[in-house]
Amino acid sequence: MLEIEKLNKSYGPNRALTDVDLFVPKGVIFGLLGPNGAGKSTLIRIINQIIDADSGLIRIEGKNLSPSHISQIGYLPEERGLYKKMKVWDQMLYFARLKGLSQSEAKKRISYWLEKMDMISWREKKVEDLSKGMAQKVQFISTILHEPALLILDEPFSGFDPVNAEIIKDQIIELKKKGITVILSTHRMESVELLCDQVAMINKSRKILDGTIKEVKKSYRPDIFHITMEQLQVPLPANWNASEEDGQWHFSLSLAAKTPNELLTELMTYGQVSRFQEQVPSMEEIFIHQVKSSAHE
Amino acid sequence: MNKIWLVIQREYLSRVKKKSFLLATLLTPLIFPAIMAIFVWIAVEEKENQALRIIEVVDENNLFFLESSEQYAFSFSSRSVEEAKDLVKDGDRYGFLYIPKISLESPDGITYYGEENPNMNLISYLENNLKKKIEDQRLYESGVDPEILSKIRTSVDVKAITLDETGGERVSDATVNYAIGFVAGILIYMFIFIYGNQIMQGVIEEKSSRIVEILVSSLRPFQLMMGKIVGIAAVGLTQLLIWIVLIGTLTTLVTGILGMQMPQQQAMELAQGEMTQAIPDSEMGEVLAVINGIDFVALVSSFVFYFLGGYLLYGALFAGIGSAVEAPSDAQQFMLPVTIPLIVAYMGLFVFVLQDPNSTTSFWLSIIPFTSPIAMMGRISYGVPFWELGLSMGLLILGFLGTTWLAAKIYRIGILMHGTKPSYKTLWRWVKSSY
Repeated sequence: MLEIEKLNKSYGPNRALTDVDLFVPKGVIFGLLGPNGAGKSTLIRIINQIIDADSGLIRIEGKNLSPSHISQIGYLPEERGLYKKMKVWDQMLYFARLKGLSQSEAKKRISYWLEKMDMISWREKKVEDLSKGMAQKVQFISTILHEPALLILDEPFSGFDPVNAEIIKDQIIELKKKGITVILSTHRMESVELLCDQVAMINKSRKILDGTIKEVKKSYRPDIFHITMEQLQVPLPANWNASEEDGQWHFSLSLAAKTPNELLTELMTYGQVSRFQEQVPSMEEIFIHQVKSSAHE
Repeated sequence: MNKIWLVIQREYLSRVKKKSFLLATLLTPLIFPAIMAIFVWIAVEEKENQALRIIEVVDENNLFFLESSEQYAFSFSSRSVEEAKDLVKDGDRYGFLYIPKISLESPDGITYYGEENPNMNLISYLENNLKKKIEDQRLYESGVDPEILSKIRTSVDVKAITLDETGGERVSDATVNYAIGFVAGILIYMFIFIYGNQIMQGVIEEKSSRIVEILVSSLRPFQLMMGKIVGIAAVGLTQLLIWIVLIGTLTTLVTGILGMQMPQQQAMELAQGEMTQAIPDSEMGEVLAVINGIDFVALVSSFVFYFLGGYLLYGALFAGIGSAVEAPSDAQQFMLPVTIPLIVAYMGLFVFVLQDPNSTTSFWLSIIPFTSPIAMMGRISYGVPFWELGLSMGLLILGFLGTTWLAAKIYRIGILMHGTKPSYKTLWRWVKSSY
């Protein structure tokens, strides 16, 4: 769907992107991660043709990025707003028409979405009379009215209460099922784990990590196992810090140059192993670890 | 192109549909006839309620005669000065004119006494009459027959005719030309300021509410900027058109109702305080001839040209400024380069152009693009050589292309910049950068 090769961009002396390569397959939800100021927004603005890259290539479905792609991209910026004095209906119509929809088609789709999202009664309301959550919903619908093939969402859940965030989450999943590719830029790692198929992490203008969630997690296994044992034959070594609860002993061990099988064999000499589970890192842990380790470089 | 059209539509409709637009558009033209009606009413009242003012005249030469008018009656007597002064003090007389024995060669000592300061009209009336009488008397004494004297007295009125290159002639009148230049210049000045500010406010609104990031993902920043400028120009033109129609209709109505046979042109001038004394009927034909002599097609089309040209030139700058700041209050620091030339043009209109439309200063003011929209309108009804008009218009077109280019460079970066207050240096870096 989206291929990026050796993308560079700097603002005067400050580098925003350095040799960034990215491949986003069709129909996935792609998480774009990175701390503030890493270069995510610059990357997103370049894909949206708001600013130009200094060098590098961007292709959408094999074709070089051009103004004709505008109608195929939907963009919800992190900092977003609506015309306060405009009515919900007029506002949606304006945004949809700017993306190239015809008047009649735009009206049809706005009606459909207002109904679907239970917002029919708002259509003649001015944005300044809406709550923040309501305005966000209007904004979200405005972004997807033209049925983009590529949807770029920058912090889509900020400003939503949990109920509405859930609704938006469902919509994103539904859009994915329709074959739409979604790029999701966010700090909220729990939504990354829940939604994303693939991620890429950018820090200090460089891509430092990418792959499917599984691959990323695999390459960042901390090699710690959580173990539960019962019916002990021999007392456990004190430095394992095991805690007892109803005849069960819980503790965690680092692999420490052994293979899991060797560790398990050793454990079996103490008693019955009822749980032997590898600790899987959360995306949050990987994120923090990565940012910290690249800060030391 | 289609997208610019959408922006123009939105900018236009969102403003025209506002109640405040409707109110301003409908009420402003009511103010003109209202002011005019008050003027006319006061004039009529004054005439009707004015008590006849009697002025005591003591002429020790027994020579002078002053004709009474609607306002003043002159009572001649041989009272003593003290007696006459008492009459004024008691309020029996409005004033007292004392003419002592004078020699005709050097008439000294003529004095007017009054309870209140006499107005200029009265004094000049007295002076003119006395002067004429003395002159007549001296001519008579040197042997000129009074009959011949009255025969040779003529009234002279210089009729100004402007010759144009094609050999045509038209009657011109400085007063009418002055009024046209005055009104046209002020209209353009106000239009640039009011609607330029609207452009700036609109840009700031889009920037500070962060709508702009969504907009520029759908269209080029240049399209957005031009759409806004053109859309707001259309609002201004709409307002102007409604005003012209409304003022025209209302003025005709008001003058009709008041039963004044005051021609509209003159009434307009009166309403603007331009002319405090009415033009006598005999001059009406001349005013009409002057108005007929003006090439209205040329006047109106050049007005529309300078109206739009000046607006586009400054409008782009207002848009550029709006994009660089986050709140209207921050805009002040960049307003100077925009307001100074506008004010120079405005002052120049009154100090130079309307006083002497063909002076060197007037010429340059009407050629330089930043001042020409206002200054040239002050000259145009007097007639401007074709090449000067062409040069001025050409430079104005170049001027607004230039400011639009400059503003677009600032705009495309400015609208995405938050958190930093830019300086002139930053703006210049934006202009040079390719972003």
